[in-house]
Amino acid sequence: MKLFGILIGCAMAAGAASNNSVLIRGADVYPVTSEPVKAASILVLDGKIAEIGLKIVAPKGVRVVDGKGLRVYPGMIDSGTELGLSEIEMMRETVDTGELGEFMPQLRALASVNPDSEHFAVVRIAGITSVMTFPAGAGAGAGGGGGRGAARQYISGQAALIRTFGRTWEDMAVSALAAMYVQFPSLGATGGRGGPVPGNIAELVGETGARTFTEMMRTYQQDVAKLADFFDEARRYQRAKAANLPGLVRDLKYEAMLPVLDGKLPVAIAAATPRLIHDTIQFAEKQNVKIVIMQPRQLGSAAAELKAKNIPVILGRVLALPRGQDDPYDQAFTLPAETYKAGVKFAFGTFDNEFVRNLPYQAATAVAFGLPEDEALKAITINPAQIWGAGDQLGSIEKDKSADLMVATGDPLEIQTQVKHVFIRGQEIELSSKQTRLYDKYVNRQ
Amino acid sequence: MRKSWIVALAALAPLYAQNIVIQSATIMTVTKGTLQGSIVIKDGKIAEVGEKVMMPQSATVIDAGGQYVIPGIIDCHSHIAVDGSVNEGSVSVSSMVNIKDVINPEDIAIYRALAGGVTTANILHGSANPIGGQTIVLKMRWGQDAQGMIFEGALPGIKFALGENPKRPGNPPGGRGATQTVPARYPATRMGVEDTIREALNQAKAYKAEWDEYAAKVAHGEHPLPPRKDLKLEPLKEVLEGKRYVHAHCYREDEILMLLRVADDYGFKIRTLQHVLEGYKVAQEIAASGTGASTFSDWWAFKIEAYDAIPYNAALMQKKGIVVSLNSDDDELMRHLNTEAAKAMKYGGLSETDALAMVTINPAKQLGIDSRVGSIEAGKDADLVIYDKNPLSDYAKVQKVLIDGRVYFDRDNDVNGRPAKALEKQKLLDKEKQSQPKPAGGRGPAQ
Repeated sequence: MKLFGILIGCAMAAGAASNNSVLIRGADVYPVTSEPVKAASILVLDGKIAEIGLKIVAPKGVRVVDGKGLRVYPGMIDSGTELGLSEIEMMRETVDTGELGEFMPQLRALASVNPDSEHFAVVRIAGITSVMTFPAGAGAGAGGGGGRGAARQYISGQAALIRTFGRTWEDMAVSALAAMYVQFPSLGATGGRGGPVPGNIAELVGETGARTFTEMMRTYQQDVAKLADFFDEARRYQRAKAANLPGLVRDLKYEAMLPVLDGKLPVAIAAATPRLIHDTIQFAEKQNVKIVIMQPRQLGSAAAELKAKNIPVILGRVLALPRGQDDPYDQAFTLPAETYKAGVKFAFGTFDNEFVRNLPYQAATAVAFGLPEDEALKAITINPAQIWGAGDQLGSIEKDKSADLMVATGDPLEIQTQVKHVFIRGQEIELSSKQTRLYDKYVNRQ
Repeated sequence: MRKSWIVALAALAPLYAQNIVIQSATIMTVTKGTLQGSIVIKDGKIAEVGEKVMMPQSATVIDAGGQYVIPGIIDCHSHIAVDGSVNEGSVSVSSMVNIKDVINPEDIAIYRALAGGVTTANILHGSANPIGGQTIVLKMRWGQDAQGMIFEGALPGIKFALGENPKRPGNPPGGRGATQTVPARYPATRMGVEDTIREALNQAKAYKAEWDEYAAKVAHGEHPLPPRKDLKLEPLKEVLEGKRYVHAHCYREDEILMLLRVADDYGFKIRTLQHVLEGYKVAQEIAASGTGASTFSDWWAFKIEAYDAIPYNAALMQKKGIVVSLNSDDDELMRHLNTEAAKAMKYGGLSETDALAMVTINPAKQLGIDSRVGSIEAGKDADLVIYDKNPLSDYAKVQKVLIDGRVYFDRDNDVNGRPAKALEKQKLLDKEKQSQPKPAGGRGPAQ
């Protein structure tokens, strides 16, 4: 009896050990960084890709998944979400993005990620295995403060790159510190109501509340100067610290800025228009910091600059309306193709928890409007992995990379494709969510 | 000046051609299968559909080789083309106001919807009150005036709304206590929403009785004084008489069932449940009542009453016998309802035809216009969309859109026309600049 108990114990231990080892056999493998291989196998050992080949024999105790007729891709990565931080958008109690304060680089998104958020399961069973999660609604000119009438926010805090599966947020973290989110001042919306009105037109039409362009520009320049001041102060702190100045009091805000100033941590910075992108780049050059441009709506003349300076871009929703009344109807659909043609490195973000699972469909629309298909796929796999500093771990199917994989019935960019298996760090994820459970509960209700 | 008009007219001439033949296309008729063939259009109507058709004398030919044709997409829930706010939220029952009075035919959203394959849309009042304003069905005849956009003969509707939205004015920011700055408007709960609807219907019933009595007396040759016309109750009387459709915004299963039972009590039918995100929980009851359901494909979690929304909703309701449509309620989503339909294939395994029906024939049925639109059949309006690829793929894009046999959107023309439009815009801007006096106080920043 006692012996039997020990045997069971051994079996369980072996089971746990092989929980993140698997052989996916006979599938078409799309590594993204190299040509697809037909009818190949992928051996995953202890959560990592150990081997990719045509004939691999499963080591003893390693489970085999039949991949016949299926395709394997690296798990997809969304570069703009608030996953784990925001459950129900309109219920403030369930939302932890958008803290108060003007300069808040010390805030970290990661430690407020709720691993049990229902969103994670919905997203991971769609094949999205990692996301960037931001401390503030990462929209251009979002204004910070969660839109509660607070003063504008300049620095929102630290964004994290997380897996969509894990028992704790520590467990989920790929990179606790993947970017510093800065909300660059903006000139306000152009066109339509509430936008800047050219000086004398405002006088002519007598619009109340309309600010002239000159007024808006003045405010904008003051805001940019204020942001620069903070960076300058942080740099003085950095020097004082390096010089071991006696009596220097540890400051959490400036401490948080050190990796930015060292050029190690990219600043994610929202800039919608060519002019703002240009100003942002100038700011970054002056401050000597690394940047990633978030959610541009038009690149225009800034495209060449981005390319020349090797600055990556996170494109927002492809399925979006044009900026102005008279802009082409397909403006947002064609932006990815333009970005690609300009030679600018880019990835996609959905910028709304509700639509994270539609990430590949946003990419598909870009393909319909001129983006090469393999570039669309890169923009949701290897490009974001590289942009967010995890290119050695995620984003492609290569030996020694983390086994974050999706196995699907076809092209993952096509809506009708079904995801059959998802592996995160080699562990097969149960393909259920709050939504599949509700479906199961009601489908056979009499 | 005159010369340019002539040029413009010449360019428009093919649009008005009496006869059009779309040939060599994959035609997804929705009601009569999918075939390779041609569509003959005469006088704005579909004259013939088939693998081989009779070519009319003198017809404009659209070669759609390798392309796909589907019926014009119908959006059963939209708020485009409305001048100003869609909500008259100051009262709990705003049945006296009418979207028809505030149609803005110059809303650019109309053109963008058209470019996404939408040819008909149900334009609704907002959801701020349990009983909202009157609604109107429009065709996306971009370039025509407000009257010209109205879908002639389509029965008008009225918006009802349940749940959080109509409750909101009853719960103003700052609470309902002494410190409130905005006075609360009844109702503040789902109980109050039901009461408001019952109260209004009760009044409408009495009002109808007055008119029925009056009509009976007139029929008997009497000469009674007519009752006073009540603009608030008149549309609700039409609801009770089956002359006006009720499109009811709802989310949770409890409120859905509540409304079905209220309608039973007052002897009329709800035409469509809109959003109806928990419709899958009470699908049998909805099916039994003969009510249509118009839902989102995969929206969820934006508010608490949308937390139990599932992307399987549309397919599940359809399988239980409900006529289901997929709508947008959004200027952007409206532009790709074809791929929203594809989601009903992904989530719930519907066939291509059943999925496509959810954005064509099903909404047509729900709006009572299925004898005119919603499928590709001889005799129906020539409202058609041509795609370069299968429209149930998100790689497909709209090439041409026809309404009443006239090309209202052509992607090539749109793209080719852009340089000329940019030039025109620049000219106007230059003219504007020249006519402006130099601003006092020095020059502005460089643009």
